Amino acid sequence: MLGRGSLSMKKIYLDHGATTPVSSEVLDAMIDIYKQEAGNPSSVHQFGRSAKKHLEAARVKVANAIGADPKEIIFTGSGTEADNMAVIGTARLKAKQGKGKHIITSSIEHHAVLDTCKALAKEGFEITYLPVDEFGVVSAADVREALRPDTILVTIMHANNEVGTIQPIAEIGQILKEHQAVFHTDAVQTVGKVPVDVNELQVDMLTVSAHKIYGPKGVGALYMRKGIRIEPLMYGGGQERKIRPSTENLAGIVGFAVAIEKAVEELAVEKQRLETLRDKLIDDILQTIPETKLNGHPTERLPHNANVSFEYIEGESLILSLDMKGIAVSSGSACTSGSLDPSHVLMAMGLSHQTAHGSLRMTLGKATTEEDIDYVVSVLKDVAARLREMSPVWEQRNK
Amino acid sequence: MYTEKVMDHFTNPRNVGELADANAIGEVGNMKCGDIMKLYLKISDDGVIEDVKFKTFGCGAAIATSSMSTELIKGKTVEECLKLTNNAIAEALDGLPPVKMHCSVLAEDALKSALLDYQKKTGKDLSISEADLNNDHDHDHDEADEE
Repeated sequence: MLGRGSLSMKKIYLDHGATTPVSSEVLDAMIDIYKQEAGNPSSVHQFGRSAKKHLEAARVKVANAIGADPKEIIFTGSGTEADNMAVIGTARLKAKQGKGKHIITSSIEHHAVLDTCKALAKEGFEITYLPVDEFGVVSAADVREALRPDTILVTIMHANNEVGTIQPIAEIGQILKEHQAVFHTDAVQTVGKVPVDVNELQVDMLTVSAHKIYGPKGVGALYMRKGIRIEPLMYGGGQERKIRPSTENLAGIVGFAVAIEKAVEELAVEKQRLETLRDKLIDDILQTIPETKLNGHPTERLPHNANVSFEYIEGESLILSLDMKGIAVSSGSACTSGSLDPSHVLMAMGLSHQTAHGSLRMTLGKATTEEDIDYVVSVLKDVAARLREMSPVWEQRNK
Repeated sequence: MYTEKVMDHFTNPRNVGELADANAIGEVGNMKCGDIMKLYLKISDDGVIEDVKFKTFGCGAAIATSSMSTELIKGKTVEECLKLTNNAIAEALDGLPPVKMHCSVLAEDALKSALLDYQKKTGKDLSISEADLNNDHDHDHDEADEE
């Protein structure tokens, strides 16, 4: 049957690691706030009090989602901002207190942490960038070895955004229990995808973002364990315990709370569903397209992340070709990273330039179906063959 | 990000493939940058580009500039080809994003490298040397990253 629908282009979004669409429950909750809550949560009058009530209810929901106390949640304008606050805020306070200037991080962090550490290095802080193994795993033993009496902060992401590898955060947390260093983890990719409990992970600070879990852009949170202090990065008001002044983005925060509550509620079922689809996607590609390889850990990985390298093909041309077939994905190639080098994550894992340039990240979401996976694999097969036909490196390999 | 012409040449690249009877072959670029271009030319005795094919590993712009350059040189004389600049290739595509201009440099170099090969093989003096290659593809990555 050739209906009208079959002529329109398919639209398959496999870039949920970049951002997710706002869910209808989230949007409804946000619209209600915009329509009904005109007040500033800091105001004393009834408008302010009502807004404050919504703000605090949202704080409870976000805290519950990660096993924290509501008092330990600081709302921010993004995950990047929360990372900056955690890293810079801790560094400045500890340096001022004379506790030291040494920071430990990994070589595969998101730029929100990595570039922040680089900026601190210019201010005189000493940064240790821990290596990773071929699967992108940071070793807890390496953290132990890198620790010094003057180490003030350890910041290691919970799961990597590009290759999806989940890090041994609880193990590192255990090691740091007896050390002065504050332990921060960027959990932007994991919250709502895999169980996250701040006490099980033994972290002091943890970053969350709303837009990766069907919430709005422009909202995040920093979990700060009771007793943990940082220097604020901004001044100008008493909001968020003076740590993050600004009139609260109430609709955004409420949308964030609805999103995180829903994600945690659906986690067990959705995690399994996504893992099944992810494994099918990975297996089908590796089995039907020659010279492909999985990047990241085979099992310790995000349920929705598949990262595969296509040898002899450059990633951006893969993205463009897939885009023309209605499929949205991303890559770690130089041409898409905005710089001249391929992804720092893939390079840290020891991939060759060619393998890194040919990487493709496909991140699944709520709307992804088995039919989508079949379509993506069949398109990939054609596209890979076409691009390889054009590739002088492929030609050389076949000679 | 890309113009319609770039997308057209990326989607339907002209003159892709190898030339069995090529008498000039140029290959430039490296895997570090993620662009490699190989150009095959068949040049007649009186110095006209009779046929041309290319193979490219690279991004959309790399493939489109390769394709466009083959169109621009087909039927032209060697002397005319020597005057082809990267800017002319980029302009023929209605422009390239600034970060992709190096792809047009690569296309210009692929052509020069093929003509150099022709000069070597035939002994004809085209007055070009290795020094005429831009070698932009060996740029210092760390320095560029700092910008």
